[in-house]
Amino acid sequence: MRRSDVTPKSVYLRRREFLKLGAGSALALSLPAYARAKVEHGPKLAGVTVNPAFALPEEKKNSFEDITTYNNFYELGTDKSDPSENAAKLQTRPWTLSVEGEVGKPKKWDIEEILKAFPVEERVYRLRCVEAWSMVIPWDGFPLADFLKKHEPTSRAKYVAFETVVQAQMPGVKGFAGIPFPYVEGLRIDEATHPLTLLAVGLYGETLPNQDGAPIRLVVPWKYGFKSAKSLVRIRLQETQPPTTWSQYAPGEYGFYANVNPEVDHPRWTQSRERRIGELLRRKTTMFNGYPEVASLYAGMDLRKFY
Amino acid sequence: MKKALVPAAFAACCLPLLWLGLQLALGGLGANPIEALQDDLGYTAFVLLALTLACTPAQKLLGWNWPIRIRKLLGDFCFFYASLHLLTYAVLDQGFDFGAIATDVLKHKFIFLGMATWLLLLPLAVTSTQGWQRRLGFRRWKRLHRVVYLAGGLASFHFLLRFKTPRLETIAWMGTIAVLLLIRAIDAARRRARMVQSS
Repeated sequence: MRRSDVTPKSVYLRRREFLKLGAGSALALSLPAYARAKVEHGPKLAGVTVNPAFALPEEKKNSFEDITTYNNFYELGTDKSDPSENAAKLQTRPWTLSVEGEVGKPKKWDIEEILKAFPVEERVYRLRCVEAWSMVIPWDGFPLADFLKKHEPTSRAKYVAFETVVQAQMPGVKGFAGIPFPYVEGLRIDEATHPLTLLAVGLYGETLPNQDGAPIRLVVPWKYGFKSAKSLVRIRLQETQPPTTWSQYAPGEYGFYANVNPEVDHPRWTQSRERRIGELLRRKTTMFNGYPEVASLYAGMDLRKFY
Repeated sequence: MKKALVPAAFAACCLPLLWLGLQLALGGLGANPIEALQDDLGYTAFVLLALTLACTPAQKLLGWNWPIRIRKLLGDFCFFYASLHLLTYAVLDQGFDFGAIATDVLKHKFIFLGMATWLLLLPLAVTSTQGWQRRLGFRRWKRLHRVVYLAGGLASFHFLLRFKTPRLETIAWMGTIAVLLLIRAIDAARRRARMVQSS
């Protein structure tokens, strides 16, 4: 008897469908499917150097699959698996990023121009979501400070506002996502120019996957993940504190600062512990997500009030 | 046919558990399988609670008698899945730290609503047998089991608060529970009016 006599390969490959059918009950079928979309690898980024100051050797990096199939990107859908399944609905070329407001040299960048102008380095950062899960991600990018400096911010540039793309074909934009679009975020200028704050264009040495905020996104590792706006189309420097999507949607649950803080709970759940993706039990959350070097930015501030 | 109803319903109620066990073993629950497991157990318990609440309206409005025959089974399985849901929270989220659980329950209304629902279901599951029906007397037993209406309401809000933004699906489920409770309220009001008329 040959192996092919037992089960035709085409049928074998569809075994999950048969299992689903076999389960039969409407109840079981109505449970959401978590089967991961096939992970597409992007082109390798050229000339990435590893920055040893941010190698984070004590942390185990999450897999490319974890990082690209478990995402919050409401424009592409509200379930964690939606962004990877709908990744193709985001068009990343042509792409313009405008820098405007309180700058001496405003500029509309083409993304290809940015990729040529700034040397990209790898930095391994912890990412802590406000939903109490976390990952360790090797980002490829460059400091936002270097990028902003090119535009010569004026003395009135006290805050930086970020805007995420809105494209009509994105399923969350068409449907019911709960929050308004465009997604907007903001930082104080000293937060934006802190050496940790990154503009990422890749991860694991590859072009940033769409579901992770291609082609260019913000990464602020000491703040909850929602501060790190994805797929940026506009960066505006201004004198006043910009509105931010989640803090406007639910001011009692999300603040402008949104620093990772185990002492200040979300009204619905505790922030003192988190589940590192890939681990069974929860671990303790650390202040500023384990980046104590940012503490001086908030000297004298009551972080219970400015959460 | 009649004899097959209860075993068939029993088998159907086991399927979500088998499905989840299989998915867990095959790695089909995604990057955060614990969260998926916890969500799905809670969702299954919620759907079974809605089905339990649908049995009486199905009889009154559609004239179906068979759902009443599996109502106890549906209720018991609802409690079974709710208990597994609670267990994943107590063990995997809180590491059986009762102090942390107590703080969490009292501090966060989302957690409070879930725990309150389970605590309301507990005495109903214990007294769901015919023996307890006899021991309590049918009237008192029936009055006790009306607690399930409150459990349905609390579970709806617990489900709603699970997500950062309200989901259409959750709102639809809340509406379903609301309609099932409303049918009873209207029925009770009618009966009361009839009693007033006849007296």
